[in-house]
Amino acid sequence: MLEIKNLHVKLEEEDKVILKGVDLTVEAGKVHAIMGPNGSGKSTLAYVLSGRDGYQVTEGSVTLEGEELLEMEPEERAALGLFLAFQYPVEIPGVGNMTFMRTSLNSIRKARGQEEMSSAEFLKVMRAKAKELKIDAEMLKRPVNVGFSGGEKKRNEILQMAMLEPKMCVLDETDSGLDVDAMRLVADGVNALRDAGRGFLVITHYQRLLDHIKPDVVHIMADGRIVKTGGPELALEVETNGYTEILAEAGAAA
Amino acid sequence: MTAKAILGHRAARRAAKLEATAVRLEALQLPNSGQWLRRAREMALARLNHMGLPDRRDEYWKFTDPNTLLQPEVLPAKILDITDAAMDFVAFDRLKIVFVDGVFDADASDDLSSEGLEIVRLAEAGASDIHWAREFYGTLEAEGQKPVDRPLAALNTVLATDGVVIRVTGKVSRPVSLIYLRRETDAEMILHHLVRVEEGAELTLLENGPGAARLNTVTEAWVADSAALHHVRTQGRDHERRAATHFFAQLGAQSVFKSFTLTANGALSRNESIVWLNGNGGSAHVAGAAMGDGKFHHDDTVFVTHAAPDCESRQVFKKVLRNGAVGVFQGKILVRRAAQLTDGYQISQALLLDETSQFLAKPELEIYADDVKCSHGSTSGEIDADQLFYLRARGVPEEAAQGLLVLAFLAEAVEEIAHEDLAEEIRRKLDGWVSRHN
Repeated sequence: MLEIKNLHVKLEEEDKVILKGVDLTVEAGKVHAIMGPNGSGKSTLAYVLSGRDGYQVTEGSVTLEGEELLEMEPEERAALGLFLAFQYPVEIPGVGNMTFMRTSLNSIRKARGQEEMSSAEFLKVMRAKAKELKIDAEMLKRPVNVGFSGGEKKRNEILQMAMLEPKMCVLDETDSGLDVDAMRLVADGVNALRDAGRGFLVITHYQRLLDHIKPDVVHIMADGRIVKTGGPELALEVETNGYTEILAEAGAAA
Repeated sequence: MTAKAILGHRAARRAAKLEATAVRLEALQLPNSGQWLRRAREMALARLNHMGLPDRRDEYWKFTDPNTLLQPEVLPAKILDITDAAMDFVAFDRLKIVFVDGVFDADASDDLSSEGLEIVRLAEAGASDIHWAREFYGTLEAEGQKPVDRPLAALNTVLATDGVVIRVTGKVSRPVSLIYLRRETDAEMILHHLVRVEEGAELTLLENGPGAARLNTVTEAWVADSAALHHVRTQGRDHERRAATHFFAQLGAQSVFKSFTLTANGALSRNESIVWLNGNGGSAHVAGAAMGDGKFHHDDTVFVTHAAPDCESRQVFKKVLRNGAVGVFQGKILVRRAAQLTDGYQISQALLLDETSQFLAKPELEIYADDVKCSHGSTSGEIDADQLFYLRARGVPEEAAQGLLVLAFLAEAVEEIAHEDLAEEIRRKLDGWVSRHN
């Protein structure tokens, strides 16, 4: 599904190298988690995948279902089926949540040569999916993310993901700022989308989200590289021992 | 320079300005009109001679050059999209009053008699010695000359060739729609309207159309106790138009005045709104959305006076500028000593779509009462990069995303329109502009 090869990335504005050769393959139907201390490059990876400005790829490649991702505009990546759930969802005063969602969905459908979804059909689908995430109708009417609590913003991200039904979902610290109940809602939303045709890359600092979204593979990232890969037990090891020991061990091995 | 020298310099400048004005106005022919109207024009001419015509060195004209509004010849302006601009509000059931090149056109207009409404042409009211308009023509304009000179409004009172006087005595649901059409490329239009909304009455007043190559309009409106006046205006897509408009409104107790102007293009527009809240509990909202691409200079100049307690006022002005377009906002809230519990709000913002465009703002508060709530803000900025990326990451192509953000930026001003169907009409027009200029 998603293939990242030897990815090197530096900041465009300054001479700071963030990613120093990331190799990662996410297969369809699998959930991969990336854990790592702050500043390891996790969020940069998410932004580079989605096509945000400000980063320069100096080496390496990324493909989604065989298509070169790095040359594409952000909207082309979305049309291809990539979805980034933002760590900090952006507030857009003046644009209603419904309008936003419908514009997004229909832009993607148009780019794929599909017919636009009718207003009536859209409303029906949106309401049903919102209900599953306990997002009330009032929230849908409000401007995008404006006045939303942290938990509401993250649920709104998952709602967008559910509406767009992407092939490859990248979740950037979706657990940050969530209380236990909100985390369960978000995790349920993600789990409902798990299927054989879809890949997930779940970026998180803490293990607790992975209690609810069980990963198939866990990677530890440090200083711009994947330093260790393992099964779900690796996440538990982080929880118990912290990063220091794992990093020391990985450093010794390298 | 010493203080004395500065004073001497000012006196000399004023003398030169008044002399230039006298020369300009010397050969002026007042339009034929009945006795009282002629007297009112002469009084306005005396005011004008006393203050002088504006020039760039006047503080109030610091950001906008009045020259092309004043030069003797009208600069011809291509006639563009007449049909398009004339189509605004076309879906609304309204009472149409049509002016072509600044002259009332009875054939194109609807029957002016309507329940709860009394409408006559200014000339007709002027010819009748007992008409109510006699007590009012030019009076708000005269009052509006303090504390700031508004010479173009006085000039209008002197020269207005046409206009309507409207008296509203009931809740009139059908809007009165002033439509300005243009046939000549060098048409000049000087219109003066009076609107009296009597106690408890309500009126929606619409204005649209390309109007003229150069136009000067003055509206004097009295909104009595518990009355409401809603004003929605569109200034169309005729790129070379030069316009100076003044809307004077005096509000009674518990009354409502809401005015919204959409301006799309136009070489020069100066829209002045002068509002007095004279009765307890009045509410005045003045708002505008302006979009300029290229040769565009748009100036919103607003002066709201709180003279009574417990009133609320809002000024909400948004401008989208690109390709060298210039936006100006001069907005003032004056709170007199008696106006306790005033709630005043003022925001002016520009979205600059490139580095060649500019926004000049002069927000002012002057407060003499001690128990008031007043806030003001003025910003200019670009499209927010995070918002743009968020939309694009959700699949919305860059241009469409930018268009959506432009509309979002303007939304706060459009929300000031009370009638949702009119607001929707304005949104539709904004949408059209954004997709044409993307």
